[in-house]
Amino acid sequence: MNESPIRVFLVDDHHLFLSGVRSELGEEFEIVGTANDPSSAISGIAAALPQVVLLDVHMPGGGGRAVLEAIHRPHPEIRFLALSVSDAAEDVIAVIRAGARGYVTKSIAPADLAAAIRRVNDGDAVFSPRLAGFVLDAFGGTLTEPVDEELDLLTQREREVMRLIARGYAYKEVAKRLHLSVKTIESHVSAVLRKLQLSSRHELTRWATERRLV
Amino acid sequence: METHQIRQAIPVDEAGDAPSAGFLGLGLYRSPRQRVVAGVAGGIGERLGVDPVLVRIGFAMLTLCWFAGVVLYALLWAAVPEDEGEMEIVEPGSRRAASLGLVVLGLMILLRNAGLWLGDLVATSLSLVALGVGVLWISSGKKDRERWSRSIVERVQDGPFESPADDKVDKLRLLLGVALLVGGVATFIARTDLFSAAPTVVLAVATTMAGLGLIFGPWGWRLLTQLSEERRERIRSQERAEMAAHLHDSVLQTLALIQRTDQPREMVALARNQERELRSWLNGTLPKRGQTMAGAIEQTAAAVELQLSVPIEVVTVGDIPLDDRLEAMVEACREAIVNAAKHSGSHQISVYMEVEGDQVTVFVRDEGSGFDPEAVAVDRRGITESIQGRMERSGGSAAIVSEAGSGTEVQLTMAIAR
Repeated sequence: MNESPIRVFLVDDHHLFLSGVRSELGEEFEIVGTANDPSSAISGIAAALPQVVLLDVHMPGGGGRAVLEAIHRPHPEIRFLALSVSDAAEDVIAVIRAGARGYVTKSIAPADLAAAIRRVNDGDAVFSPRLAGFVLDAFGGTLTEPVDEELDLLTQREREVMRLIARGYAYKEVAKRLHLSVKTIESHVSAVLRKLQLSSRHELTRWATERRLV
Repeated sequence: METHQIRQAIPVDEAGDAPSAGFLGLGLYRSPRQRVVAGVAGGIGERLGVDPVLVRIGFAMLTLCWFAGVVLYALLWAAVPEDEGEMEIVEPGSRRAASLGLVVLGLMILLRNAGLWLGDLVATSLSLVALGVGVLWISSGKKDRERWSRSIVERVQDGPFESPADDKVDKLRLLLGVALLVGGVATFIARTDLFSAAPTVVLAVATTMAGLGLIFGPWGWRLLTQLSEERRERIRSQERAEMAAHLHDSVLQTLALIQRTDQPREMVALARNQERELRSWLNGTLPKRGQTMAGAIEQTAAAVELQLSVPIEVVTVGDIPLDDRLEAMVEACREAIVNAAKHSGSHQISVYMEVEGDQVTVFVRDEGSGFDPEAVAVDRRGITESIQGRMERSGGSAAIVSEAGSGTEVQLTMAIAR
């Protein structure tokens, strides 16, 4: 990489985790700031204007969602990658709906996290197998009639891509299996993310909550 | 009443010491000590050194002239500051009540003469009821009254009858109050044709209910809040005990185990298993013991993970109740996971289960060494018998996709029995 390193901002209320991620990513990325609560994150991000924010979902004081809601509108160019120990459906869906470009769990390997940051910075979406599973479940057609077919349904291709990601394949492998380019896979994934964010389905959130009871 | 008399004299001297203070620098304050309505008459009396009753009579006389007394009183009430120097308030007790009663009586007579009247019958009944409530109110004592008002917003500590019940006189007053209440209603009912007086009946009943509410309301309210408070507390402590028990059995136990082990793989497996358990507990999705397909797959994967110390990532989409054929599928899945964990050398195994349309599909994938399925000896029963044979006997199918070097994926498919 000849370009200047990607500027990253870290938000997490656990100091130990913060310093761990910092040392893991510090060589490849430029860490322009860290914060350990939503309010200092909001002011810090607005001042540092990073390219990518690694955002913890569960924090006292409104959580990652408060940060997303405060920053996403005035600075749409700043990309958010949600990072959490929680993989509860309602947390994942809520953060994605608020504008995060991807969601990974904290158990992710450092190399995979670095790849995810690069991908988010390139404007692509990052789907973990579990998030892909949530999407397939949520758009699975078990719910009431879609309001907007364009947004409330997945195309056959998108479904295939999601299924392969849910099965644990990396984008490169998905591309190979479907005989498509990685770029095409990335555009499918981004399209799915857009649907997830814009879909008129109020049921999405309800689904996420209900799923706990199934 | 002695304290009352003594206190009456003191403020006059005080006011004399500071004549520039108060209303218009006249040293006029509303009296918190001799108060019937707002302490205006009391304040004037204290300033002039006369009995406030005389001042009140003056106000009453003025009221006869086009309500001038009432208007003047209201104006002074708004304009004259309250005396904050002497905060200790002496309750004038029955004297105050009598004064208030006289004021109300006067107003009633005035209204009657002015033609604003509901009729003698209603007025008499209402007066009796009001008198009853008033007697109860006085008999309850200051503390009780404060508590009664407070009880609307917060929990009351003691019963409303506790202190009056201790006192014989107060008990008598209580009885008298109730009797008057009942009397008021009885008079009304006895002297009225119920059907022609429907609206006034409603009024009388409402008044009575208000009186009764005043007497019994705080008590009932206290009982209710106490009960629900107790129940909440019980639930809370039960939950706390449950959580403590759970954390003891799981998290603390695992942490102790992790400290005793020196094998990193085992440590990771223990931590992951604990994480999975805690997570499902927090999410309220406790393992559905063999109830549904997704639950069974998750449970199987967790068991293998703990046994063989390889991380297994499970993603499920949709769900379906378990039946015999699906149980066979779960067994086949277990076999595939165990194979991958034992032989592939992969650092992670992915399991994906999907219920879609009329079929259930399970994928078990590793990124390990892979193998050539054609080259596997027919007598290696692991795959042929446990996976393929099992699936086929139950009406499903199994396919194995593997290449040396790029991992293995076992695909299980089963049609849903309708």
